[in-house]
Amino acid sequence: MQRILVLLPIAVVLVIGGFFVWGLNPERDPNAIPSVLISKPVPVFDLAPIAGVDVPGLASGDLAAGEPVLVNVFASWCVPCRAEHKVLTRLAAQEGFPLFGINYKDKPEDAKAWLEELGNPYLRIGSDESGRSGLEWGISGVPESFLIDGTGTVIWRYVGPIVTEQAQDDLRRALAATRERAAS
Amino acid sequence: MRGLLAALLIALAGMAAAVEPDEILDDPALEARAREISKDIRCVVCQNEPIDSSNAGVARDLRLLIRERLVAGDSDDEVRQYLVDRYGDYVLFKPPFKPSTYALWLAPFVLLGLGSVAAGVALRRRSMRAGAEALNAEDEARVAELMARYDGDQSRKDD
Repeated sequence: MQRILVLLPIAVVLVIGGFFVWGLNPERDPNAIPSVLISKPVPVFDLAPIAGVDVPGLASGDLAAGEPVLVNVFASWCVPCRAEHKVLTRLAAQEGFPLFGINYKDKPEDAKAWLEELGNPYLRIGSDESGRSGLEWGISGVPESFLIDGTGTVIWRYVGPIVTEQAQDDLRRALAATRERAAS
Repeated sequence: MRGLLAALLIALAGMAAAVEPDEILDDPALEARAREISKDIRCVVCQNEPIDSSNAGVARDLRLLIRERLVAGDSDDEVRQYLVDRYGDYVLFKPPFKPSTYALWLAPFVLLGLGSVAAGVALRRRSMRAGAEALNAEDEARVAELMARYDGDQSRKDD
C-alpha cells in the first residue's frame, strides 16, 4: 500500500503531462469542427447553373465521376475566396483533378462578374442562392472544400481557404491516397 | 433614476435574441418549440453561442430550417436528428449518451466514487488508530496494578 502511494505523484504527473502534450500540440486545432460527411456519400442536392455563366449546374449525381473531384464552396463576397482562387486554379491544372464549385449565397450577377474578372477554373458551378445546399454539406462558412472520390464518397474536407503550403500539401496527400485506393 | 435605468436595461438584455420578426412562425406552439430547439443548437460559426442568440448568417439559416422542418410535421427529436446528420453531435450543446461519450458522462461519477473510496479508507485508518490508543483489558489490569503499587509506595512514604 505504502509503495503504491509513493508512485501516486508520478502517476498524476504522467496524466497531467500527457494532457499537456495532447493539448499543446501545434498540430491540434481546437476550433476544428469534425465533419460527419467523411467516408459518407455526398449529400443530396441539385443546383442550377449561375445565370449568364456558361458552365452547367451541379447535382449529387455529378460527383460520382469515376475520378476524384474537388468541390469548392465559394462566393464573390468572400475575401479569402479571392485569395484561394488562384491557388485552386493552379492546383487543378497541376494535379489534374476536375474542380466543381458551389456558389454560396451569392447574387448571380456578382458571381458572374467575379468569375469574369478572375477567370473560371470550375467545370461545373451550382448556384446556391438560398444557402440550403450549404447546410446539407454542413458548412460553417466560405470557403470550404471537399474532396470526393470516384464513387461519390466524401474523403476529405478543408475549412477555410486552401492557400498555405500546409493546406496544399494536405490536399495533395488526400488526392494521392484516394487515387491509390481507386487503383488497387 | 440611474438604478431604474440600469434595472430596465438588464431586464431588456435578458430578452435579447437574434430571432428576427420575419422568421417567427404564425403558430405560437410551433414557434415555442422552434425556440426551445434553437437554444440547444450550437452556432457552427460562433461555436459557444446557441443559434437562438447568434446573428451569424448560418445560424439564421439553421433557425429557418428548424421552422421549416417543424411546419413539415417533424417531431423535436426528428429535427435534432436532421441537424446531427449534417453537422454531427457537435451542434448539440447536450451530447447524447453513447459509447464514444461514456467517458464524458460517467467520468464525474467515477471520480466521485474514487474520492469516496479514498475518503472512506482514510477515515477508517484514522478511527483504527484511535482504537489502538484505547487500552485493552490486559493493559487496563496492568495499569491498575501499577497504580495500586504506586499508591502503596506513597502511603508508606507518608507514614
